[in-house]
Amino acid sequence: MLGRTANGLFWMFRNLERAENTARLLDAGLRMAVTRDIATAEDEWRSVIAASGLKWAYEAEHDGYTGHQVWNFILREKANPSSVLAMMEHVRTNARGVRTAITAELWEVVNESWMQIKDALARPVSQGSVGEIVAMVRRAGTLAHGAMAGTLLRNESFHFARAGTYVERADSVARILDLKYFLLLPSLSYVGSSLDKGQWDNVLRSVSGDSAYRWLHAGQIDARGIVEFLVLDERFPRSLAFCHSALRDELAALARIHGREGECNALMREADMRMADLTTEMIFEQGLHEFLLGFMAANSGIAAAIAEDYRFVR
Amino acid sequence: MAERQANFDEMHAEDGSIRPAYSEYCEWHDGQETAWLRRKHADCESNFRKTGITFNVYGEDEAEERLIPFDMVPRVITAAEWRRLTRGIEQRVSALNAFLYDLYHRQEIIRSGRLPVRLLRDNAAWLQQMVGFTPPGGVYTHIVGIDLVRTGPNDWFVLEDNARTPSGVSYMLENRETMMAMFPELFSKVPVEPVSNYPRRLAKSLAACAPAATKGKPNVAVLTPGIYNSAYFEHAFLADQMGAELVEGSDLRVKDGRVQMRCTRGYQPVDVIYRRVDDEYLDPLSFHPDSMLGVPGIMDVYRSGGVTIANAPGTGICDDKAIYSFMPEIVEFYTGEKPLLPNVETWRCSDEDSLGHVLDNLDELVVKEVHGSGGYGMLIGPTSSKKELAEFRKKLQANPHNYIAQPTLSLSTCPIFTKKGLVPRHVDLRPYVLVSPDGIDITPGGLTRVALKEGSLVVNSSQGGGTKDTWVLKET
Repeated sequence: MLGRTANGLFWMFRNLERAENTARLLDAGLRMAVTRDIATAEDEWRSVIAASGLKWAYEAEHDGYTGHQVWNFILREKANPSSVLAMMEHVRTNARGVRTAITAELWEVVNESWMQIKDALARPVSQGSVGEIVAMVRRAGTLAHGAMAGTLLRNESFHFARAGTYVERADSVARILDLKYFLLLPSLSYVGSSLDKGQWDNVLRSVSGDSAYRWLHAGQIDARGIVEFLVLDERFPRSLAFCHSALRDELAALARIHGREGECNALMREADMRMADLTTEMIFEQGLHEFLLGFMAANSGIAAAIAEDYRFVR
Repeated sequence: MAERQANFDEMHAEDGSIRPAYSEYCEWHDGQETAWLRRKHADCESNFRKTGITFNVYGEDEAEERLIPFDMVPRVITAAEWRRLTRGIEQRVSALNAFLYDLYHRQEIIRSGRLPVRLLRDNAAWLQQMVGFTPPGGVYTHIVGIDLVRTGPNDWFVLEDNARTPSGVSYMLENRETMMAMFPELFSKVPVEPVSNYPRRLAKSLAACAPAATKGKPNVAVLTPGIYNSAYFEHAFLADQMGAELVEGSDLRVKDGRVQMRCTRGYQPVDVIYRRVDDEYLDPLSFHPDSMLGVPGIMDVYRSGGVTIANAPGTGICDDKAIYSFMPEIVEFYTGEKPLLPNVETWRCSDEDSLGHVLDNLDELVVKEVHGSGGYGMLIGPTSSKKELAEFRKKLQANPHNYIAQPTLSLSTCPIFTKKGLVPRHVDLRPYVLVSPDGIDITPGGLTRVALKEGSLVVNSSQGGGTKDTWVLKET
């Protein structure tokens, strides 16, 4: 496979994952904002922008934080190079560029999703249609992953695509956790603080983990449980541990196909070692924020090594 | 031209009856409900959009992608008609290859005085770099598109030869796919020659031209300028269908005397490059020093037998309309036979007598630039205003060498489907021809282009033309 094609597949699925995660975050934010007073709602929108990594871009364009401004910025504004619309356009452009490495079915679902989303985002979005658009973006992801699972050869194409998915998912979940880390300090649960449990729900919902969590913990919710769930629980497909475990498998498969391991496999092993036998106690001892910073750095180190090992650009 | 001869209608005879080629189709068509046909017509378009069969329009926003309109009424050719056409096409394509070999070797045709040397001297498509070199297998034009027009039951003419990088074959294939998806029952009623094996035939034909340096099974790659090129869809489609790599210039480099592509496991040699970039963008060392698109040194590898480039550089000279005007002589010179497929009558404006005739009859003629393509820069006398004619007259007088003129042909028509039912529109035909040391291979049919506007003679997609599925009926 061409290095450029591997790069295209990797980024096609990174961009798709990013669009999807941004949509989930927005959905959770909207739910939170509409059920709170105006001041809390404004905080919520601020945090949605921050969790999407868009603070500078947003504040360069807008003064305050109103829902209408925020969701339009996140979904479609030209001044936002990482808008959902821009991400989906990247996904399609990537797919066009790797057209020979993906199946017709995968290409067609990506192309159709793109046409639909582009159409829906052609005009400013009203509150009533945010939910519909979020669902469209989530469905775009579901369809692409489904078409891939059902039709794509389990060769390099598949593994580069999956590696892109998990690198991006790990990064975005870690980013959301880091933004909310102050809500998740164990001290809060100890003192039985007045912290609004709705905030915890919101953290879970922004990674589509609320119902899975409730199911596993029989409705009991606390900070320690959430951290354990989102960082360490390998059963949850958006936890950091799951993402890295899956990424490890993809990188191992690539090494097998190429008959040799690269720098990315070595870095993956180092990251695994740091995660092995990790407990929530150890995370809190180290400091959740510090832990997450370390995790994100390791994750992007692996991504850079993949690009280097497999000659993405040179 | 006050009394223009009536056009040849390919479906209806003069007495209104259906011609034999279309009898089975029409019988089926008449049995369908109009509302259902209308719905199917709309379905066709959404089908094309979904599959992403689009082309980018030059000079528009990069993101702008258009569909070439598709008309669902097939253009039908009988087995006997097709047999005659293929003989003419084969003859012409053999002559083109022999001509190219001669131009880049002893130039017998010029020595014999049949072709003025000026046509090479003034022509950017003629490449000094190819002189004395014979491409692998002796093949210059691996893929050729011969544009044909029809004016009567047995009157077919060659309008243009496309030996550089003929495009459109993906539409031939997708048009058939769409028809089979929309109207499966039609294909069980009417015996139509298949076209879907074209990519396999292309792959085989290209592999048969592999260079001396090939080890094992030849590695074939399609070279595209990239996703913003107007024909990118076709490049990706063909690579996909052939199981070949789709490469851009930046994926390739010259290493150890071979052209190699950057793969995830390192550099790997490419044996045959089906390039969809123009000659001048192949190699910045040999052609455009500022081009970012090419592969530095690829021409040296080519000349030393390390890679096959299809079509060979320098074949574009055959697309030149001044060369075209000599095709009857060229065919005769190399095959010793009279051309089976005639040219359209052509006046070379470089001849003083011809120029006089052209200037006197400008409002009846079609005037084309010799190096032009895609319907750009041409004058259609009968539909032009006085002002346009006057302006063109000045251009002609200032630079007569740059033009040829042809009569305004009464192109045949074939019906298209509209809200008002079937209406006749002018069509042409581009069959696709593969050349390898094993022989000449013509896929039955080709791409029918249709002028969608009433009365229009311009079928180019860049000027509002559409396409149709083309059926060659099986021998019965």
